[in-house]
Amino acid sequence: MSAGFSVDWFPLWLSLRVAALATILVVCAGLAAAYVLSHYTFRGKNLLDSLITLPLVLPPTVLGYYLLVLLGRTSPLGRLYEAAFGSPLVFTWQAAVVAAIFHSGPLFVKTARAALESVDRRYEHAAKSLGASSWRTFFRVTLPLVGNQVAALAALCFARSLGDFGVTMMVAGNIPGRTQTLSIAIYDAVESGNGNLARILVVIVSLAAIAILWPANRIVQRSWPGAAAE
Amino acid sequence: MIDARIVKKLSGTRAGSSFELDLHLRSDAPVAVILGPSGAGKTLTLNCLAGFARPDEGRILVQDELFFDAQTKVHVPPQVRRCGYIFQDHTLFPHMSVMGNLKFAAQSMPKPKPSRLEQQRAIHELLDAFELGGLASRMPHQLSGGQRQRVAIARALIGQPRLLLLDEPTRGLNVQLREAFYEVMRRTRERLQAPIVLVTHDVEECFGLADTLYFIENGRCLQAGKKEDVVAKPASLEVVRLLGLYVTAEAEITYLDPGRDVGRVRIASQAIETRYFPGHLLGDRGWVCIKRSDVHVLPHSHQPKANQLVMEWRTRSATVRGVKLEFDGGLSAEMSEARFRELDGSRKVRLEFQRESVHFLTEN
Repeated sequence: MSAGFSVDWFPLWLSLRVAALATILVVCAGLAAAYVLSHYTFRGKNLLDSLITLPLVLPPTVLGYYLLVLLGRTSPLGRLYEAAFGSPLVFTWQAAVVAAIFHSGPLFVKTARAALESVDRRYEHAAKSLGASSWRTFFRVTLPLVGNQVAALAALCFARSLGDFGVTMMVAGNIPGRTQTLSIAIYDAVESGNGNLARILVVIVSLAAIAILWPANRIVQRSWPGAAAE
Repeated sequence: MIDARIVKKLSGTRAGSSFELDLHLRSDAPVAVILGPSGAGKTLTLNCLAGFARPDEGRILVQDELFFDAQTKVHVPPQVRRCGYIFQDHTLFPHMSVMGNLKFAAQSMPKPKPSRLEQQRAIHELLDAFELGGLASRMPHQLSGGQRQRVAIARALIGQPRLLLLDEPTRGLNVQLREAFYEVMRRTRERLQAPIVLVTHDVEECFGLADTLYFIENGRCLQAGKKEDVVAKPASLEVVRLLGLYVTAEAEITYLDPGRDVGRVRIASQAIETRYFPGHLLGDRGWVCIKRSDVHVLPHSHQPKANQLVMEWRTRSATVRGVKLEFDGGLSAEMSEARFRELDGSRKVRLEFQRESVHFLTEN
């Protein structure tokens, strides 16, 4: 390693920022979606479920293409965003957040739905029969009962958001110092023959993933005694 | 006062299996008990009353409050109905202590919300009333079954419910805990101004607690009324079987005289005299049923009275209460060990039926 070698830390900070913001949004919207899917029956529920799962199976390039069409500067949504925030969405770091949301959201909704469905409905019935509103029942009874699972799931989403490549590349691009996230920086380093940088970044991503998944796995194993289906 | 007419169809998950609940509960009594075998629709009835299930047709009125009306499409959500609901396994929130569970209930009360001080007072009063004072900081999994049940009842009472629902409250409790539960129920009745509906498949329990009884099977009410009336006059063979309090035997009516209030039935080719059976005809075949406690075994005699049969017992078995003798035609009788010894080992005995307690029922 030469004496003058320096690492540009921007991609790491950007990735952390993107992943954090994406995780917050995914947890909020994902819990709402998971609640609706687990507690209500309505027409088109299967369709909604399929739409939410779709990003898990579509190739990232296809998903990225759709997002470009949907959020591009000429699309209604893109124009709405531009009018609201003063700058276009695509090819900014905010677009990388959108990409990360689509990368980790489906996984979150699927797993959170299963977690919410695992809660014995009678706890919710008991809460409601005591006069608790649906909100209160959800935040004081249902969510705490699966709190561990949701926390672990949020950690998993964060780790997954850190690692998105394809969709980010399509909608945020690879602009060093502006939209270049960690995984894109690795691709860039390998492409340009900068093996040292690639190695350092790869190790960082791997360690971060392990550092998140290991405790997440441990908390998910803890549950409330007696809370299992009796 | 409860006045609930509930019709609800459930299309079964298995092909061809469907179930229809069609029930009219109307009770002024403090405690109404719904008795029926499992799968009769008992829990579904409670869920309809509490608002967790929506009937297809009918109307539910509790203490002059309309909970549900199919015609005007009124369906008051469960959190507004305020029905205390004690589920089969008590469903204390596992992530809250006993105190936490009670506080949750106190804070969940709809408006007008009691002040913090009033909440505290209500919680402590109930903790004392149900002997839970020392357990306030325990978590539900650290409690015994009986303690969990008392917490669940205390939790339901905090909100001063308009109706208290209990689903099989003594399932899985041993005899001692059962006695303790009856005591808890007595205390509950004292402090609750609202009607109680309890469902069970346990006859014993239903007699310990009920003022009014509803026998249901397969979603239909077989008989309803005061418990004394139901026992004295079971309306159908299903009720007789569900109650398990009677001896039954195949019989045919051989004589009827409404003027003298006399009837006669033939059981196992012998005749006994009974009261007149209104609504039945000479020659009707069916079943007589007699409350077990009204069948007496007497030593053999050559001149049996009109309400006595002379029979030979076939099998003898020991029971909690003494000795049980079984005869031809499905008849059986129980007696104490001492009474059995008085028979001097003779197989031929007289079976005496109290004239008033012999009922005649036909299959449907």
